[in-house]
Amino acid sequence: MTATHNSKAASVSFRNVTKVYGGDVRAVGNISVDIAAGTLVTLLGPSGCGKTTTLRLIAGLEMSTSGTITIGDNDVTNLPATDRDVSMVFQSYALFPHMSVLENVSYGLKFSGFNKAESKERALAGLKLVGLDGYDSRLPSELSGGQQQRVAVARALVLEPQVLLFDEPLSNLDAKLRRQVREEIREIQQTLGLTVVYVTHDQEEALAVSDRIIVMNNATIAQDGTPRELYDAPANRFVADFIGEANIMACEISAVAVDVAQVKLGDIHLNLPSRGLHSGPAFLAVRPNRVIVDVPGVANSIPGSIVRLTYVGNHLEYTLETTHGELFATSSDVESKLKVGDPVAVRFAEKGPVLLRD
Amino acid sequence: MLLWLIVGWVGFCLVPWYGVEDGFFSFVWLFEGYPFDSDYAPALFLLFQGEKTWLLPLVLFLLGPLQAMAKPRSDPAHARLLIIYGALGFGWLIAQGFAIGISGWQFGWLESLFGPLGDRQFGMGYGAMLVASAFLFVFTQGIAARGAVNGDIFVVGAIGFIIAIVTVFVFYPILSMLSSAFITQDNAYSISVFFEKFTDKRLWGLACLSGGRCGAAWNSLVLAILVGALTTILGLIFALVVTRTGFRFKRGLRAMTVLPIITPPFVIGLAIILLFGLSGSVTQFVADVFGIAPTRWIYGMPGVLIAQILAFTPIAFLVLIGVVEGVSPSMEEAAQTLRASKWDTFRTVSLPLMRPGIANAFLLGFIESMADFGNPLVLGGNFDVLSTEIFFAIVGAQYDQGRAAILALVLLAFTLAAFYAQRFWLGKKSYTTMTGKGDSGVHPHLPKRLAIPVFAIAGVWTIFTATIYVMIFYGSVVELWGVNNALTFKHYLTAFSLKMGENGLLWTGSAWDSFWTTLQIAAISAPLTAAVGLVTAYLLTRQKFAGKNAFEFGTMLSFAIPGTVIGVSYILAFNVPPIEITGTGIILVVSFIFRNMPVGVRAGIASMSQLDKSLDESSLTLGANSWQTFLHVILPLLKPAILAALVYSFVRAMTAISAVIFLVSAEYNMATSYIIGRVENNDYGLAIAYSTTLIMVMLAAVGLLQILVGRTNVGRRLDQSRTNVTAHTKPIG
Repeated sequence: MTATHNSKAASVSFRNVTKVYGGDVRAVGNISVDIAAGTLVTLLGPSGCGKTTTLRLIAGLEMSTSGTITIGDNDVTNLPATDRDVSMVFQSYALFPHMSVLENVSYGLKFSGFNKAESKERALAGLKLVGLDGYDSRLPSELSGGQQQRVAVARALVLEPQVLLFDEPLSNLDAKLRRQVREEIREIQQTLGLTVVYVTHDQEEALAVSDRIIVMNNATIAQDGTPRELYDAPANRFVADFIGEANIMACEISAVAVDVAQVKLGDIHLNLPSRGLHSGPAFLAVRPNRVIVDVPGVANSIPGSIVRLTYVGNHLEYTLETTHGELFATSSDVESKLKVGDPVAVRFAEKGPVLLRD
Repeated sequence: MLLWLIVGWVGFCLVPWYGVEDGFFSFVWLFEGYPFDSDYAPALFLLFQGEKTWLLPLVLFLLGPLQAMAKPRSDPAHARLLIIYGALGFGWLIAQGFAIGISGWQFGWLESLFGPLGDRQFGMGYGAMLVASAFLFVFTQGIAARGAVNGDIFVVGAIGFIIAIVTVFVFYPILSMLSSAFITQDNAYSISVFFEKFTDKRLWGLACLSGGRCGAAWNSLVLAILVGALTTILGLIFALVVTRTGFRFKRGLRAMTVLPIITPPFVIGLAIILLFGLSGSVTQFVADVFGIAPTRWIYGMPGVLIAQILAFTPIAFLVLIGVVEGVSPSMEEAAQTLRASKWDTFRTVSLPLMRPGIANAFLLGFIESMADFGNPLVLGGNFDVLSTEIFFAIVGAQYDQGRAAILALVLLAFTLAAFYAQRFWLGKKSYTTMTGKGDSGVHPHLPKRLAIPVFAIAGVWTIFTATIYVMIFYGSVVELWGVNNALTFKHYLTAFSLKMGENGLLWTGSAWDSFWTTLQIAAISAPLTAAVGLVTAYLLTRQKFAGKNAFEFGTMLSFAIPGTVIGVSYILAFNVPPIEITGTGIILVVSFIFRNMPVGVRAGIASMSQLDKSLDESSLTLGANSWQTFLHVILPLLKPAILAALVYSFVRAMTAISAVIFLVSAEYNMATSYIIGRVENNDYGLAIAYSTTLIMVMLAAVGLLQILVGRTNVGRRLDQSRTNVTAHTKPIG
């Protein structure tokens, strides 16, 4: 294993892939996507959106109904899991209960043509990598949840697969451990230069570990981009709402000129990137930390009042009743003297609001 | 791929094409004119000598796949060629097998086309068998290459193999048997004959409600339901005692519950007569002490019921123990932490999770009772059941094949109904409890209010079983039961004496022949049965493929058919070419495999449905193929099921009677049919002595198997459990 770049890591590409179950249940609908070698890409979405099916299509545990899947330069569409150079970390870890930790980790090596001594050496190195040296003779049931999870990671890692898959690997861990393990996964991925596809429904986890996030909804891709792109410029209502919290408001585009739209929302006038929209009614999304609570009467604002006010330590959370519906705002000014019921003016930070495509 | 082609060519060019008369395992043919003598010649040599020219096309079909191998696997032509050549070769083999019968061409038009043959068809031998399997696997690899079951060669091949052998050894004989249901005495087909026999009063009469005799169908049905329910309850009780209590003599109890399965038929029946019959020990004792006049109450339903429960409870136990052990302790612990009491936990979590086991145990008890033949024969009296009626329809003075076939149909309908009722009851719920996550929980002990009755019932039943066995042993060492109770070893000496002669040891005992044959046949068939059964269970629980329900039906079918029917149908189907194995040891082995395979299948299914699928999947993504996954992941976790299947098939091969009695020959006589011969001659002493010996041998064999298979450690904290659970039995506060 060389540092920074793994020569085996390969790209994954989907061309018009569809998966239909039992004739009419469409789990994945006509997806095309490219995952570059050596990157960590997250499939994010609510349960039932098709992200796990997509992952299993890469693994070869499901066969696509139509379309082609390539890993590196090879068309693997009809190749079963065994013959793909892909390994997977399961949500349940799927450690073999009758084998010791070492046997579990060297299991795949046994089928990859390594002799006994070599398998053992590599397995032990893998265990060391995940910080479990000395645990090799234990049974999975004698380990804690976090340790079992690491064994599962080590078992997949030692094969140096072209693509490493994670199916909600942290969902069985407690919150503190979750942060630690996800950082470890990210670190191992970056040091070894692995291609990793990672499924989760936790948007914070996705933002933290990914080079790129593919948000899925209803068996299709809702948006595909870097964490920052997704957060700052969600393509649609679903993504805006799913990644971080967002206030979504109806507005009016009065004119569009050279990709800049003039937007009107009550007394607020904004010039925003048009993102291909035309004049007429539209929606715009604003993150809570980009909503500014100000004294009544300031320019370019809408009037409102405070319905709820919560102190959460490092910031204040406001729920505001405005002429354009209820808004949620956060403010780092914890010394503010405002109280529930006070009238306020609501305006937006520059670069705050984003027009939504649908 | 190449391997199977080589096998095909070896079959065609090197080994004898037709069955060798001296038996499957005899190799004298190597020295007697091979390869030119036409009795022993491989197909290739036959062709060179201008004989059996109808085998010529096979050369073409064996060459064809080479053409496919030249193309890459992803090329659709590769798959297409394999499928075409495989199917044509296999089809041709079967067609030529059936087209030529014992007296030349089977069909007039073929004879007029090709002219009369100077030679008859012989039974297929090694060569034909190898070539047939080569074609079969070429065909399945073609199907796999087309992408069936994710292109998995092992799975497609296994499915093809199971379908082929089940078709040949279950459907084919049964169909040839059932077709005789429509045949009149003078060999014509007739539907009216069928209805006349079907509506017979002896079959469906309800006169017993008003003091008369009921039809055999109702008798069988009521008996089977009772036996199914009672054996399941008793089996569950024993399984609970062994796994969920601090009971100390678990090993003893396990052995005790296994005893009845390893008991040859008639023996339990005989022992019950010795105890409760008109001059039985208990009857006499009760008559002396309480002054109750002895009656023949035991003959009929009560006797058969008791004997069958004694015989089949252990089967229920073997099925249930795996399931009871398999219920994940964390589920139960979760329930307890959710404020369920032990009793509530048992009722709402443990018991429902055992449902697959309970359903399977009931099904087995039901079917076993339906198919049982020995006990009703000995104890039935006027209580007619279907299985004995079938026997008498065939061996009796009436010799009515049609009636036997119709009775078999009715029996089949009942068992299939039970099968579907079980499926319905289980529904689509998931009973998976062993996930890939290590489980460090501990099984709770039984709640008190359950433990007391469970112990009581288990205790009473154990004493009863023990008494039966003491009687059996005692019966084997007395001169003549009830008449002359002097102790003697003469029965053992007659059966198993050894003498030192001039040429070393002489096996002078009268039972040695049948004894060694039985051991040999049982030892050959047990591993084969377990293998076929578990592979089938794996396919049924782990793979998705078209026609799975029909597949399951086919593999369970042989179990639903009583041995008598199997025996007769085998004789009818395999007495003539193309598969001519009547009178050989093979027919015995084959009949045991297909009679006992369903037990392996059910035990495998019950255990496998508790293994989470992610275990298989992770193995696949780690680069193991499905065969390696089966070998390294599934099998080790299935050891209890393997043991159950091995033990059961070995023991059944040694104790079975119903099918065997039709299939034995002078050369291959089995212990059970020998014993029946003794019973018929009223030589009870020798029969019981022989049975006792068999029981001892089987006990040893079961122990040996248990050691051979071993246990798989999945790291449950068993030792901790005793302290853990008992510490909290007192209510807190």
